[in-house]
Amino acid sequence: MGSLSLQAIHKSFGAVEVLKGIDLEVNNGEFVVFVGPSGCGKSTLLRIIAGLEDATSGAVRINDRDVTTVPPAKRGIAMVFQTYALYPHLTVRDNMGLGLKQAGTAKDEIADRVRTASDMLSLAEYLERRPAELSGGQRQRVAIGRAIVREPELFLFDEPLSNLDAALRVQTRLEIARLHREVAATTIYVTHDQVEAMTLADRIVVLHGGVIQQIGSPMQLYNSPQNQFVAGFIGSPKMNFIEAGAVGRNGVSTIGVRPEHITVDGKAGDLEGAVSHVEHLGADMNLYLDCADAGTLVVRMFGEHHFDIGAKLFARFDAGRALGFDADGQTVDFSWE
Amino acid sequence: MSVARHSNVGSFAAHAILATYTVIALFPVIVIVVNSFKTRKAIFRSPLSPPDGETFSLIGYETVMAQGDFVLYFQNSLIVTVVALALVLLFGAMAAFALSEYRFRGNMLMGLYLALGIMIPIRLGTVAIMQMMVAAGLVPTLTALILVYTAQGLPLAIFILSEFMRTVSDDLKDAGRIDGLSEYRIFFRLVLPLVRPALATVAVFTMIPIWNDLWFPLLLASAEETKTVTLGAQVFIGQFVTNWNAVLAALSLAILPVLVLYIVFSRQLISGITAGAVK
Repeated sequence: MGSLSLQAIHKSFGAVEVLKGIDLEVNNGEFVVFVGPSGCGKSTLLRIIAGLEDATSGAVRINDRDVTTVPPAKRGIAMVFQTYALYPHLTVRDNMGLGLKQAGTAKDEIADRVRTASDMLSLAEYLERRPAELSGGQRQRVAIGRAIVREPELFLFDEPLSNLDAALRVQTRLEIARLHREVAATTIYVTHDQVEAMTLADRIVVLHGGVIQQIGSPMQLYNSPQNQFVAGFIGSPKMNFIEAGAVGRNGVSTIGVRPEHITVDGKAGDLEGAVSHVEHLGADMNLYLDCADAGTLVVRMFGEHHFDIGAKLFARFDAGRALGFDADGQTVDFSWE
Repeated sequence: MSVARHSNVGSFAAHAILATYTVIALFPVIVIVVNSFKTRKAIFRSPLSPPDGETFSLIGYETVMAQGDFVLYFQNSLIVTVVALALVLLFGAMAAFALSEYRFRGNMLMGLYLALGIMIPIRLGTVAIMQMMVAAGLVPTLTALILVYTAQGLPLAIFILSEFMRTVSDDLKDAGRIDGLSEYRIFFRLVLPLVRPALATVAVFTMIPIWNDLWFPLLLASAEETKTVTLGAQVFIGQFVTNWNAVLAALSLAILPVLVLYIVFSRQLISGITAGAVK
């Protein structure tokens, strides 16, 4: 298994600069997730690591070997694509074995590895089928199997769950987590879904506008985001941002409070508002409060509560959890009290 | 399946229009085939009536067969059509792959340049082509025809195929690259099978004008041993006397091979379409 090191990666398409100097070290066996809104450059970065795209400048090192100019097949990587990208004219067995065959691996060895991988993914009974005869979830498992048999230094996943329905997505997510524990392979995983990022990652890299906004463990990003973008991107529902002036606070430009760090009270609190909408999700619920100057506030509560639309309520912030941002969106020291 | 918009009147009108068009399109073909089985007198007396016991005659076909060289003419036509078709499909698909797959400077301009031939008929360049072929010592040979027809077929082939190849999943090609397939293997093993319906379409559009062409065989391959069927049929058309039986018989025979090729390709076309639909 391998480590990965990116040094000052720049990438431009014509005049458009997509990646503006990415530096990153990934350790052996780590599960790193690139997350960001669409167009942030995360997929391009993954393609540069894979060798499917050339970096305009900068170096890619896998296992301390400079692979910047090495073709994809020789980098010791395997990739799982969003659209599965299985070869339509080959059986599952041949789909998994093709890469090894191209590399000149012995037949017995290929058969062995395909068997191991198909057992691991419970695909044994489908080996003779073609991709068209498989369901979406099975196809994605074949794609993962194709990656496993190569025994790569580095696993690359490009939004592998986006084409699956919600139930299958959760199941496949668990499967990927289990596989990573079993194989302990270094993994780079690209997604725009922050839930996938939070549940799978050892470390998350948040990208925006071609720049790394923050690198950290899921809880680090949740608890202490370095800027307003990361604060807003991680966590669902999104963090509430309130203009400091609207609530009479000085020293910061914007105040951020997560919906789950607000409680409501009928009598007194930090901010008064009227209930504009209520969403019941079963275990928890979201409450939308229209507060005159501060705008709409989302409050997340657990359990089942009843509120009338238009009812007046007071929101009370969890003082220790509120964050302050300066005019540039950087996190600054702040206390609500 | 009944659709809410379905109306008997509309459906009848649509079928009437289609039927009228079919009749108009098939009429000349049927007249040729029907009359090729009649005596010369019957052809002129009642050109539209089918042959009966009295007017039935195979004299046209006998003349064509007795002329002797028609097997050779057929062979020439087939060689020219099949080789030119193969070259158009191969080079057209390769150029289309390069245009749709690789980002390089001048990609757009190159695509436009290669598609220009759709708008400019190749016959405008006849004099220059003639001079070039004579200088190269290729008149009269089948090679000259094959070269001209390849050039004639490429623009449309590249235009259609590059549009289709853009629809082939990038991920699939990238998966091939990661598995260590060469660009040629990706092209031949992954992309070509997926654009098979488009290949069949291009094959049909390329093949028919080549088979039916009279112009270039007349200029570039008018020697006896290089004549094609359409050119060969001209021996029966004289300045003063035309052997209509033989002309019609030769034309009827000329329809057959192209019909067979068309059926072969249209099978491909349909199987390609349904394979995509149920994926």
